[in-house]
Parts: sequence; C-alpha cells; structure tokens
Amino acid sequence: MNPPDLAQIWVYLAQKPLTGLTLTLCAYVAGDWLYEKSGRNPLLNPVPIAIMLIAGLLWTTGIPYKDYFEGAQFVHFLLGPATVALAVPLYQQLETLKSSGPALLIGILIGSGTAAGCAYGFAYLGGASIQTLLSIAPKSVTAPIAMGISEQLGGLPSLTAVFVILTGITGAVLGPLVLNLTRIRDWRARGLAMGVAAHGLGTSRAFQVNAVAGAFAGLAMGLNGLATAILIPLIFALVF
Amino acid sequence: MIIRYLALILICQLAGETVQVATDIPVPGPVIGMAILFTGLLIKRGLPQGLDTTAGGLLRHLALLFVPAGVGVMLHVPRLADEWWPVFLAIVPGTLFAIAITALIMERLGRSTLRDEDKV
Repeated sequence: MNPPDLAQIWVYLAQKPLTGLTLTLCAYVAGDWLYEKSGRNPLLNPVPIAIMLIAGLLWTTGIPYKDYFEGAQFVHFLLGPATVALAVPLYQQLETLKSSGPALLIGILIGSGTAAGCAYGFAYLGGASIQTLLSIAPKSVTAPIAMGISEQLGGLPSLTAVFVILTGITGAVLGPLVLNLTRIRDWRARGLAMGVAAHGLGTSRAFQVNAVAGAFAGLAMGLNGLATAILIPLIFALVF
Repeated sequence: MIIRYLALILICQLAGETVQVATDIPVPGPVIGMAILFTGLLIKRGLPQGLDTTAGGLLRHLALLFVPAGVGVMLHVPRLADEWWPVFLAIVPGTLFAIAITALIMERLGRSTLRDEDKV
C-alpha cells in the first residue's frame, strides 16, 4: 500500500469548510495572544494580525478566498445577530442617555455627519474611485453596520471592513493625542468623539482611560451606527 | 448562550430583513432588527438576564466576526496599491479631524450640564 499523498490530503482538506473555520479561529487566537503579550498595545490589534496571517497563508498556498470563505462564512454570518444584540448595551445605557439631554444626541448627529463627510470628502479630494468612495463613507461605524451600509450603497463590504479596522486603530492610537492638542477638558466630549469616529476600538481605548469617557463612547458608537445607517443611504438616494 | 434568547435575536433579525425587503428602505436588515429589539426592551421595561448573557456572548468577540470579511483585503490589493493616497487621507487625517470637531462641538454643547466628575 502506498503512503497517503500529502498533496492529495491537502487538496481534500482545503475544500472542507472545517479548514476555513479552524483557520479563522486559530489565527484570531494567535493574534489575541500577541496582543496580550504586548500588554494590549493598540498597534498589535488581534484583527489585523489574524487577517494578515490568513491572507498570507492563502496567498502562499494558492487557495482562493472563495474556498476559504466556504468555512469562514459561519463566523461571518454571526455579524447579523451581533448587530441586533447591540440593542442590549444601548438599552443598558438608557439612563446615561437621558441625563445628558439633547446635547448628546446633537453631538452624535453632528459627529456622525462629520466622520462620514470627512471620510468621503478627503478620499474624494485625493482622487478616489467611486467604488472606494462608497466603501469608505461608513468607515467610522462599527463593522457589522458599516458593511451593511456599504453593501446597500453598492460599495464592497470586504473593503469597508478593512477601512473600518484601519480607522479604529488610527483613532485608538492617535485620538487621545488630538484631544490633548485641542485641549478638550470634558470626559464626556472626549469619549463621545472616540466612539463616533473610531467605533469599538476607540471605545475600548476610552474605557481604559476613564469610565465616563468609556460610557459615552459606547453610547456614541451605538447611536452613530444607527444614525449613519439611516442617514448615509438616504443622503445618497437623494443626491445621486 | 441561551437558545431561546438566541432565537429571539434571530427572530428580530429575520423581522428586520423582512421589513427591509418589503419596504425597500435603505437601512440594513440587522439594523432594523436592532431597532425592533431595542423598542421591545423599552416596552418591556427590563432586560432579561438570559438576553444580557446571550448578547454579551455575541458581542464579547465582535472583533473576531469581521476577520473573514477582512481577509477579503487580498482581493483588493491592486485597488489599495492604486489608491493608497486617497485611502490614507480619509483614514488618518479624516478620522483625526472628525475626532477633533466632534469633541469641540460636544464640549461646547455640554458646557451647561458639566459636572465636576466629568472634568479632566
């Protein structure tokens, strides 16, 4: 009897959904391990690490993204239910929302418009293509919502996910510096800005610094998601 | 993770997707589902412990959920190479500008309700 041919086993395994799913979880665990090892250095966010590990492996082995996604789609699918689940933290912060009055809502609405406007405007000035513009507009919104908006607009959800992650890292790393430079002395304003412009990564950074800032960031992230999901597609439907 | 609350979350999403398809409004189905669940919580005036646990379970590893889509970056390498300048402009100065403007406006708007414990 011949020993099993490794290449054949590989071809067989590469087509199995189990392989893509296992690869996704293992790469994320590896990324998370590195992140913890580095003392939670925001530059070593587990998501870009996992993405680079998987993309690198697929690229070297020549496995098409489509085959990988056969398995990874089981993780991807959970984005929908996770978006619905965002209603829970939003509800838990209801009292904070009420106590700050209309300032909070106006602040989030203006922030939401500024974040999307800056994304679109800066990319437009730089000469971006229409697909890139549509994909980058919702970049400050938390990933599951941003990808939904992008799909609705006719952008590329997977490209949007990349922009969202890069935005979150930028905000978490450089945001506090900007807030110091602009001399913002109100924790609520600092948190709100981080949540609006840099979603979950900005929020987790705000929580590390101050509890009030963290609560406002979380609330801002949720409401910004809702506001952007309603406003951007409407604006695009009216303008274009 | 409690199955009945997972079912509830899926029902909200399904309802949201149905509303989206039926009315053709430009808001993602899961976002409508989130609004439905939020409205339900407001009406019920209380968060069941099991729903908190189930939602927490889904959200604790939210970051993991966008790895598969993020790997799609490998399909976009030529685009990113071509358009690195507008992408950089939108992501780095764009995000930081949005943070500064939002914080300045919120600080101005919140001046009358600023408590001592909110001061830096």
